[in-house]
Amino acid sequence: MARLWEKIRDYLEPRFLLSAVRDLAGKKKVPEHKRSFWYFFGGICLFLFLIQVMTGILLMLYYTPSVDAAHESVQFIMAQVKFGWLIRSVHSWTANILIGVIFVHMFSAFFLKAYRPPRELTWITGFLLLVLFLAFGFSGYLLPWNELSFFATRVGTDIAGVIPVVGKGLKTFILGGPEVSGATLTRFFWLHVGILPAIAVLIMGIHVLLVQTLGMSKPIGVTVTKEISFFPDFVLKDSLGWLIILAAVGAVCVFLPWEAGPKADPFASTPLGIKPEWYFTFMFTTLKLVPAHIFSVEGEVLAVLGFMLGGFLLLLVPLLDRRAAREKRSPVFTAVGLAVVVYIVVMTALTYLAPNIGK
Amino acid sequence: MNVPLRVFIQEVKRRSGLAALAFLIAAAPLPLSAQKDSCVDCHLQLDGELKAPAEGFSSDVHKQFGLSCKDCHGGNPNQEDVELAKDRTFKGSPERAKIPEFCGSCHADSNYIRRFNPNLRVDQLSLYWTSRHGLLLKKGDSRGAVCTDCHGVHGILPANFPKSQVFAWNIPQTCGRCHSKADLMSAYGIPVGQVDDYKQSVHARALFEKKDLSAPVCNDCHGNHGAAPPEVTSIAFVCRQCHPSAGDLFSKSPHKEAFDGLGVSECEACHGNHRIQSPSDEFLAGGREDVCVQCHDAGTEPYKTGLEIKKLIDEFVASSSADEELLKSAERKGVEVGEAQFKLQDGKTALVLARNLTHGLSRSEIETSLTEGRKALTEVQARGRAALQEAKFRRSGLVVATAFIILLAVGLYLKIRDLQKTSAPK
Repeated sequence: MARLWEKIRDYLEPRFLLSAVRDLAGKKKVPEHKRSFWYFFGGICLFLFLIQVMTGILLMLYYTPSVDAAHESVQFIMAQVKFGWLIRSVHSWTANILIGVIFVHMFSAFFLKAYRPPRELTWITGFLLLVLFLAFGFSGYLLPWNELSFFATRVGTDIAGVIPVVGKGLKTFILGGPEVSGATLTRFFWLHVGILPAIAVLIMGIHVLLVQTLGMSKPIGVTVTKEISFFPDFVLKDSLGWLIILAAVGAVCVFLPWEAGPKADPFASTPLGIKPEWYFTFMFTTLKLVPAHIFSVEGEVLAVLGFMLGGFLLLLVPLLDRRAAREKRSPVFTAVGLAVVVYIVVMTALTYLAPNIGK
Repeated sequence: MNVPLRVFIQEVKRRSGLAALAFLIAAAPLPLSAQKDSCVDCHLQLDGELKAPAEGFSSDVHKQFGLSCKDCHGGNPNQEDVELAKDRTFKGSPERAKIPEFCGSCHADSNYIRRFNPNLRVDQLSLYWTSRHGLLLKKGDSRGAVCTDCHGVHGILPANFPKSQVFAWNIPQTCGRCHSKADLMSAYGIPVGQVDDYKQSVHARALFEKKDLSAPVCNDCHGNHGAAPPEVTSIAFVCRQCHPSAGDLFSKSPHKEAFDGLGVSECEACHGNHRIQSPSDEFLAGGREDVCVQCHDAGTEPYKTGLEIKKLIDEFVASSSADEELLKSAERKGVEVGEAQFKLQDGKTALVLARNLTHGLSRSEIETSLTEGRKALTEVQARGRAALQEAKFRRSGLVVATAFIILLAVGLYLKIRDLQKTSAPK
């Protein structure tokens, strides 16, 4: 066995310069300190994304993106295709876990001020990836064409419709018409499996390349010089995390497989308590709670504009936090970040614990 | 005089010059442009029952069609003075006994009604005179219901408006206003529990709980303008309006001849009338609410057939429930059983058919329907068991996969520890 491995290595060595790659990976160091635990979330995101790609490709073998066949094809995958239930459940569960982990990764980078120069572009590409994965979630949610996803998409696109000036046009563009229809399903499908993956791979490539070339950021004030090699030490530790996630996903999929739900009926009235996917609920509940008018401007419009402004400011954090750029602590940014986290958690919890709030 | 105009004249008298001119320009268009209707203007300034007609008329269907007080009551609404307004054409309020003719003067005139709604029937008055209410009135008993008792007076709404007194879900209340009054009904020997009974019926549940407007209310069985209790022989035809299949089966059954011979009303004999309950297998022979025993003694041949039919249905229900539970159990374990549920629905359809066939009393037809259903249930059972097997397989698979992952994780952990030991400064 060892001789066979040696033979393979001898064959690959001059062709792929494996030792050079190994030396490079071995030279790359990762700082080790009290908060280096947070470094692993980036790798977990990558791992979950790879699962998404693999399960997504398998689902495409049977999924049909049309109003007449979408729900039926999902039911077929769940009931008839060998391990179809597992593939779809893994795809849906990891999609949700991925978005949760992206949030954790982003806020950990925020609180560790990892966006400090020269890593501004790492932050910006990371933020763009969050937006992309939210779009992945939003477009993928409609694809099974079930009752919940249909009406949640209607609610979600109605929110986009309230954006001043461009709202109506944007909503029509997203939906491919005035209402959620077959045209919406088709464009959401191509967005989900074509456009978004292409952009995501490009931005993720830049993001990972920047992480590799610039290395991991050390939090402000951390003077420890202890380091471990990226390969194999850090990669092996990361892999341990991946295995734990994999085992958890497997258990969840067996005990709580993702349901196909009843097929969407566009002529039915919106079911009670309809809400978007959990990662949009903080915005959804805010829109329910916001007063009808604030200073004679529609509350809903103001809230949507507020979220857009919030997102834009988050994108520009590396440029705004000048103290962190000078390697000084910036408690104001930390406090604002904490307030945002508390806000998101409270609003999300309210959606599920007090579903009738704001009605 | 109408109020704004009076105020305006007083203001012109009080003021002079430009101020009055400005007021003239600003206020004049309002009273002059509004259509004069001194009946409404004056009655709105009165109190109580004299004010009510003017208030109610604002939402009246007649107003929506452009009619006004004078179209029913005559008079001249252009006159400011009360005496002049009540001219020779003024009819005032009709006596109660004359209300049907009063309304019928327009509603029985097809030439007149056609101008407003060509689809509106014009036979209400002639039907009314055939009704129990109309017959009482003809006899000089003015306690018989007249048009306004059901439709209201001023503020009459179209029958398809949910707030109308004659809209489907308001009809039991409207009829009950008289038919629930013991002192009024005792004179005619009519019981008063019908509305209360109806409210406990399957029909009322469909109407009030499911908001099913096709569910029958009083007038669907008794008629509306020609309201009368259905005769024994006609009850079956009334029920057949909505339940034709059960009616046809009954007509072919041996019961038909027997019921006709005994003078027993068909459907009512087993199902009752106002308090009709949701049909149940317990109505069958040997059931808790056995209706067969009303006519057939236990041990007789027909009764034995009834017992056999019940046994067939009970066995099928038990089998169907067990299969349903099997699917639920598989579903709880996360296995998709949509196809099997469709199949179960086929079985349930066969049961519905068999239950309906009990009206025909043909054991063989019931057996045939249930045999079809059993085929579906056999498939459901097979699919249900396969689903449970699949659930078991998934759990075993999870155990194996998790064990493998744990093994791998432990190996990885040991390797990491080993690497940390070797790289630690000595």
